[in-house]
Amino acid sequence: MTGQTTQIRFHIRRFNPETDTSPSWQEFLLAVEPGMTVLDGLHQLKHTQDMTLVWRYSCRMGVCGSCGMLINGRPGLACNTQILHVTQTAMTLAPLPNFPIVRDLVPDLTEQFMKHRDLKPYIIRPDTAEMENPTGEYYQTPDDLLDYLQFTYCIKCGCCMAACPTLATDPEYAGPQPLAQAYRYSRDSRDMGCTDRKPALIADHGIFSCHYGSECSSVCPKGVDPARAIQLMKRQLVLDYFKLLKKKPHCKILGPCENAERKPNIPAAPPYSV
Amino acid sequence: MNGLSKWTWHMLAGLGLVVFLGIHMITMHLDLILGWFNPAGGESLNWANVTARGKQAIMPFFYVTFLGLALYHGLYGLRTIIFELGIPKRMTRLTTILLLIAGISLFGLGSFAAFRFASIAASTGAMQ
Repeated sequence: MTGQTTQIRFHIRRFNPETDTSPSWQEFLLAVEPGMTVLDGLHQLKHTQDMTLVWRYSCRMGVCGSCGMLINGRPGLACNTQILHVTQTAMTLAPLPNFPIVRDLVPDLTEQFMKHRDLKPYIIRPDTAEMENPTGEYYQTPDDLLDYLQFTYCIKCGCCMAACPTLATDPEYAGPQPLAQAYRYSRDSRDMGCTDRKPALIADHGIFSCHYGSECSSVCPKGVDPARAIQLMKRQLVLDYFKLLKKKPHCKILGPCENAERKPNIPAAPPYSV
Repeated sequence: MNGLSKWTWHMLAGLGLVVFLGIHMITMHLDLILGWFNPAGGESLNWANVTARGKQAIMPFFYVTFLGLALYHGLYGLRTIIFELGIPKRMTRLTTILLLIAGISLFGLGSFAAFRFASIAASTGAMQ
């Protein structure tokens, strides 16, 4: 704490569906110290000025994706946005657009999760017996991992969905978060589920509704670049349509090493606990 | 057609339009510089140039293909824009049908005009 503060005027959108017919704006004045995040500011306001203020948060360090909100008109995480990096005078906070509002700054992300589920965001393989009771490990090279690594960083905060201009006009559009995750799993060399995901991808309001506005990528707090994933997924689907897609070999299963000796001073792995 | 094929052909039609519009630009707007497809010389809209082009057997096919690509690309794009305006779900099917009828009608009219002009151009040989 330096003691040096800046007076910031907060304009926060309030809405309680049980009592209000439409959202309204409430103004607060707060002395902000350098380093204070939007989440810190909200805590201060709740503790000192209005205890009815509602928002959602959990980890406080940009991992859980709970505190996504519209900060000065731009979707972002309250916990990793410093107030003085955004403004020196006034700050506007509102819930993420393109979602129903639960209350105040809390969006209802159910629709996003339903769309995410529809695109089967998990590894699909025919060898279910091996997956249930593994006899070895799926072998994946570092290059295989790099093919999709960037897209695994998604924390499902909903910022990309809030920034998407297509979703703003077409609520049935799958949206950047689920589509990027469909590519993440389709690109995984352990996965064999492209055919299972294809009907949902190419359906009306699916991946071909994306116009590559790229706002999703510009606001993503984790650098996932969903717009790129969507373009790569489109390319994969079009190449497959013309039968030009070079199928990458799926990863093999490596069994346990035979005749290998444990190096001295390395303890054995503990027994399975699950 | 599903979303994949509609979108893919939309993109391919766009690529085709770049080629056809390029030929159109060269023929109609760079006539005094390049003079391509204008065998009589001078401006491209001179009657002699117009009939000379019309007598070439490939021209009606060129016009019809150009028209088909432009109509598909344009009307599919228009359909996408209309859908994004957030029209009621029951209107989407009606919109598609209306645009399809408009596209087929305009394509039929344009094709008729292209081949009719080719026959007129062929018959004007004696006039020159």
